[in-house]
Amino acid sequence: MGKFKKKKREMGAISTASLPDIVFMLLFFFMVATVLRTEEEMVRVIRPEASEIYKIEKKHLIRYINIGPPQDKRYGTEPVIQLNDQFADVAQIRDWVENERLTLAEAEQTKMWVSMKVDQDTKMGVVTDVKQELRKASALKVLYSANSRERTN
Amino acid sequence: MADIAFLLLIFWLVTTTIDSDEGVKRQLPPPVPPDMEQQEVKDGDVYNVRTNFRDELLVEKEVLSIEQLKDGAKDFLIATGTGLLHPERPNVTLGDDNMKYPERQWVLKSELLALEQSFLAAGQNKRAEKVQEKLKAIELFGSDYRELPGSALISLQTDRNTSYDLYLQVQNELEAAINELRDELALAKFNESYASLEERYGRTKEESLLDKIKAVRLVYPQRISEAEPRDASQGYY
Repeated sequence: MGKFKKKKREMGAISTASLPDIVFMLLFFFMVATVLRTEEEMVRVIRPEASEIYKIEKKHLIRYINIGPPQDKRYGTEPVIQLNDQFADVAQIRDWVENERLTLAEAEQTKMWVSMKVDQDTKMGVVTDVKQELRKASALKVLYSANSRERTN
Repeated sequence: MADIAFLLLIFWLVTTTIDSDEGVKRQLPPPVPPDMEQQEVKDGDVYNVRTNFRDELLVEKEVLSIEQLKDGAKDFLIATGTGLLHPERPNVTLGDDNMKYPERQWVLKSELLALEQSFLAAGQNKRAEKVQEKLKAIELFGSDYRELPGSALISLQTDRNTSYDLYLQVQNELEAAINELRDELALAKFNESYASLEERYGRTKEESLLDKIKAVRLVYPQRISEAEPRDASQGYY
């Protein structure tokens, strides 16, 4: 009688086996949530395909001009020009080139590339106007952004 | 747990588009001074490519499909045989005003040597350098070669209502034509494609590679000119 031994309950240590998983989950959460682009795309650009592709090694020399229909339908469906984070007019391009050039080191200012990301359904009118402005601003190195494909025979 | 982590990883890999900075490279011409005179060019020396608002292609007054453009441009650039790789073309009569192809001109070592001397004597170092480049090319090829006349060029005229896609395809095909010819020549003479020469030069900056690249470029220069945009009010051509 009275033989009930008081069971000694000991708290086991919390298993840490799942800790790496939790850390991984966090890691992935941040990977997914992080936006790589610093610049928001305000226009929809479906890039055309080309086979004669050139890849620019020095990324910091590139400045982008996006042309395409606005993502936000409230701004209409006609192609617009996006410089940095805002819609722009053709007339603003020359000033923009000057400003962007000043962000580069002096020795590299002549090496600036302008990458034109243009939606494939855009009419050439806008693109031609932009090109003319770039010429006037002496930004002559242009890259027509495109996805690579095989050469056709 | 590991499975879920992998799923997430794969999901991330698939959905993320890392911005790639690749595309078709172009050097725009500097702005034209308003008082510049229009240069006269021989009709046969210009390969005219036009695109219209219906995305159709008019090449040398013929309607072509985009797939045919590359071969057409190659024919033009090969012209009347390079004296290097391509045989003379018997069906092309020289001196004909309606000739479709420009006539390639001989670059002769003996003439170049004399020119070099005269430029050096006159202190025109820039021009002498040009001549030296040609001499270098002759040395590398092991023979004299024929070059395109200075006025030979591919002219591209785009209507404002052409789609950007077609414009880029045209640019791309023209560039492909030049690149293929350059590859062909480099393979025959240097046992290495032009693309590989350029790639290796980019990595090593080796002088001898640059000489080869320049030699190939002398035979097949990249001369694509874009016409000044037309005012739509001038009517449709």
